[in-house]
Amino acid sequence: MLTCLKFVVLLLLLSSRSCDGLQFNDIDEEVELVAQSSRYGSLWPLPQKVQLSDVSFKLTTSSFRIVDAKESSAGPSCSLLQNAYRRYYDYIFENAKKSWQAKGKRTGPSELGELQVWITSADSECDGYPSVTSDESYELTVNQPFAVLKAPKVWGALHGLETFSQLVYKDEFGTKNINQTTISDFPRFAHRGILLDSSRHFLPIKVILANLETMAMNKFNVFHWHIVDDQSFPYLSRTFPQLSQKGAYHPYTHVYTPADVKMVIEFARLRGIRVVPEYDTPGHTQSWGKGQADLLTPCYAGSKPSGAFGPVNPILNTTYDFMTQFFKEISTVFPDAYIHLGGDEVDFTCWKSNPDIQKFMEQQGFGQDYSKLESFYIQKLLNIVSTTNKGYMIWQEVFDNGVKLKPDTVIHVWKGNAQQYKNEMANVTSSGYQTLLSTPWYLNRISYGQDWQGFYKADPQDFKGTEEQKKLVIGGEACLWGEYVDATNLTPRLWPRASAVAERLWSAKDVTDISDAFNRLSAHRCRMVERDIPAEPLFSSYCPHEYKGV
Amino acid sequence: SIRIIKKYTCLNMNYLLLIMIHIGVGLHAVGGVWPMPQISASSPEQYPLNPEAFYFEYGRQSEAQPGCSVLDAAFKRYFSLIFPDYFPGDNLSVCAGQASLKAETVWGALRGLETFSQLVYQDDFGSFFVNKTDIEDFPRFQFRGILLDTSRHYLPVQAILKTLDAMAYSKFNVFHWHIVDDPSFPYQSQTFPDLSAKGAFHPMTHIYTQTDVQRVISYARLRGIRVLPEFDSPGHTQSWGKGQSDLLTPCYKGGTPSGAFGPVNPTLPSTYQFIARLFKEVSSVFPDSYIHLGGDEVNFFCWKSNPDVRAFMQKMGFGTDFTKLEAFYMESIVNITSTLNKTAIVWQDVFDYHERIPEDTVLHIWKGVPYDYTKELSRITKAGKRVVLAAPWYINHIAYGQDWRKSYTVQPLNFSGTEEQKKLVIGGEVCMWGEYVDATNLTPRLWPRASAAAERLWSDEKQTSSVEKAFPRLQDFRCKLLRRGIQAEPLYVGHCRHEYQGI
Repeated sequence: MLTCLKFVVLLLLLSSRSCDGLQFNDIDEEVELVAQSSRYGSLWPLPQKVQLSDVSFKLTTSSFRIVDAKESSAGPSCSLLQNAYRRYYDYIFENAKKSWQAKGKRTGPSELGELQVWITSADSECDGYPSVTSDESYELTVNQPFAVLKAPKVWGALHGLETFSQLVYKDEFGTKNINQTTISDFPRFAHRGILLDSSRHFLPIKVILANLETMAMNKFNVFHWHIVDDQSFPYLSRTFPQLSQKGAYHPYTHVYTPADVKMVIEFARLRGIRVVPEYDTPGHTQSWGKGQADLLTPCYAGSKPSGAFGPVNPILNTTYDFMTQFFKEISTVFPDAYIHLGGDEVDFTCWKSNPDIQKFMEQQGFGQDYSKLESFYIQKLLNIVSTTNKGYMIWQEVFDNGVKLKPDTVIHVWKGNAQQYKNEMANVTSSGYQTLLSTPWYLNRISYGQDWQGFYKADPQDFKGTEEQKKLVIGGEACLWGEYVDATNLTPRLWPRASAVAERLWSAKDVTDISDAFNRLSAHRCRMVERDIPAEPLFSSYCPHEYKGV
Repeated sequence: SIRIIKKYTCLNMNYLLLIMIHIGVGLHAVGGVWPMPQISASSPEQYPLNPEAFYFEYGRQSEAQPGCSVLDAAFKRYFSLIFPDYFPGDNLSVCAGQASLKAETVWGALRGLETFSQLVYQDDFGSFFVNKTDIEDFPRFQFRGILLDTSRHYLPVQAILKTLDAMAYSKFNVFHWHIVDDPSFPYQSQTFPDLSAKGAFHPMTHIYTQTDVQRVISYARLRGIRVLPEFDSPGHTQSWGKGQSDLLTPCYKGGTPSGAFGPVNPTLPSTYQFIARLFKEVSSVFPDSYIHLGGDEVNFFCWKSNPDVRAFMQKMGFGTDFTKLEAFYMESIVNITSTLNKTAIVWQDVFDYHERIPEDTVLHIWKGVPYDYTKELSRITKAGKRVVLAAPWYINHIAYGQDWRKSYTVQPLNFSGTEEQKKLVIGGEVCMWGEYVDATNLTPRLWPRASAAAERLWSDEKQTSSVEKAFPRLQDFRCKLLRRGIQAEPLYVGHCRHEYQGI
């Protein structure tokens, strides 16, 4: 079985290189193109420690329950868990409301009647927000008379419920079964993110929520919301309503109201997901200028303003007054301890053209080095944000330009080829900063064939450095930039490709068997489809329940 | 031709079919039509359309009158496409005006209705307008196809119907249904039910019943779309073998059968009896006068290994040239389809190996880069055969960025050959092979990328040579597709007034 599959994978790689003009992948006709089953079933991402046995128990719609363990520190008042119980009950029984139910049936001898959820630490964190230091571990024991899910905090319990639901399978009579199992699990990295870009294209709330739901199925825990950029400013600010009024694609249909943002944050919290907003400056701010006069630098053509605008104008006090007020609002709207401040790709052409800026450069003694001006701006911005008691993340350029950073700053690496990003990771960590990797996971870049394998093989700790340096890698993010993506194609483009990243960031370092991954991921993607998520196929195959939402 | 004028004046008895479109009259900018009509003139003069007063009517001189199923259904469909958010009860002032649409056949009328529906636009207050316009239109190529592959992944009927809707919006007229292949055999045959019972991914949930097939055919017909089924053989038939014993060639390892099977076994009379019966059924199920026989990518490895095949080769005097054996097989099945009064379409491989096929057989070009396929176009048309071009439109191959531009700039007649040869290019086809595509991603992967090819196949090449000019028009058309519930992906940054509301 295994040799057969390895053969398939090999041929796929060949054909993706020579695909031009090939009608079909030239696969030997003897090869069966169906994924084989893994000994780990459909578990994704693979837990740290799994012991499976052949003994199986039945689960029935009528009698199975997910309940709080008596000893649990979270009780019926913990709505986060109560909601999760209902959600996973529905997933386990494929929306049981629709199906026929036998009533009054009692639990038989080979039946599993209960999953008891036991939050072991005194503070369950039920009403809190997840953070980068949250304990996400859990232990799951499936045995008779009942299964037990133990977790120090609700965050681990959420992951454990997902794992439990992944252990349930249907036998040939349609009965739900689960095998006797012991799992002990925790994430390899604390920061496991997905970036969505709601500026290049507006993403309706429904799409964002569906993807948070899917993130939870993959144990992602950070939604990096690249909410504004050059193209549009959909965030409705209470302090500066003109920003979206003038800067959104449409002031009513293409904006996120405070209520929308709240809904996203709470929906994410209930799934153990942090929402880290990004307000990228001083570049990538064209849309900001529409609703905030004098914020952007006027560009000059010769001695006259050309009418065009460049990055944020770093020489005016009004700029910093604006930023102070704006980030004060942001820091109260978004509960997460971090804000992403961007700082990437600043184009100096416009600054260079502006005589006032030239004069300022001279006054400050910056000479012709405009990266000093950029650093000047970022420094002031970081000081402003620090006063809000938020930590910050920034794209790697800010570090590269030598801006002074707080020790808890997270540097987000996104540039270059494999060698370059590894060097960057080494540099950042040798300077003692925490870092996040995205370079190999720009999922907006598509190509023909099974590119998930490339995502799967990248490892954020694969660079030259000490153990101490490796510990500074807090995780990674899969980025789906929005130039070519909106609600029409976002979900199938993201899933299951992002799932490959999810396993790399959650599972143990040595989980690298690509053919086993193929088998489990094929099953995992069918599960997402069954849960109404249009996750695209890995290769020729079928799912028992195909996507119906056409 | 479509004529939208203030007062209906033009009566032309030469046309067989006449539709009057009654509109309200009164004033606003014209949106583009995709694909671009051959000859059009529009003026800034605007006429408002009142949904309460608007109706379609058969012209008095029209050959088609109420009861014409195609047009009756089209009127209903296009009313809601033109007025997407109309609720009865809005009472606007009514003033009479008329547009007329003349066409030789209902099929032309369908294209005209599509064009008309694209001319109507809404202002910021939601009122509908159409500008004074005169259009005369006809397709550049008669064969404008989309291939869907339902074997590598099963596509639910709903996904196929949705595609047919979108095809009509881009004026495609052939649905090439690559219905079976190696991975699965979802077509439920009346004559050989075991083919899908054993060869489908699942015998109950992953099949097309006869009812499903009829539904697809009639849905397509109402939209002026032909359904061209492909039953590809002798290669690409692994799934056939599961439900039909002795059909495939047993492969040998050393002196014994290895247990694996190769292409259809061309040496047995039972093979041809089976094909004759299957194609007899297929010919009656699918009304189109063409049938696609495949014939591509035959791997000789298994045939070579089989002693019976080798003996047959010797008997027939083929020596060791297995292309002759393939030709023998293809010739036989083309003859079978001829006796069923069907014209065969085959992949170019059949021409490459063998030229003794009926004069009217259509060759389907799928291989290679422009350098290769233009040579192939020359060669095949020189031999007097008709061709359909698919090679530049394999849009299952995806790449980052605006790859529609490549599809758009294809010049199907840019090969060396006489005028007569050029006429043998009957059209082109966009292929969406199914290795990486199923109902989860089909629609956004297909649209609006396929629309680029649609304009190439319908419109005048000189008028549509600029990609830059096409870009804003295609963006606008993509928003129209969204408005009609087609999940068409964006070309680049930007927005549509009505975004897609699904996930």
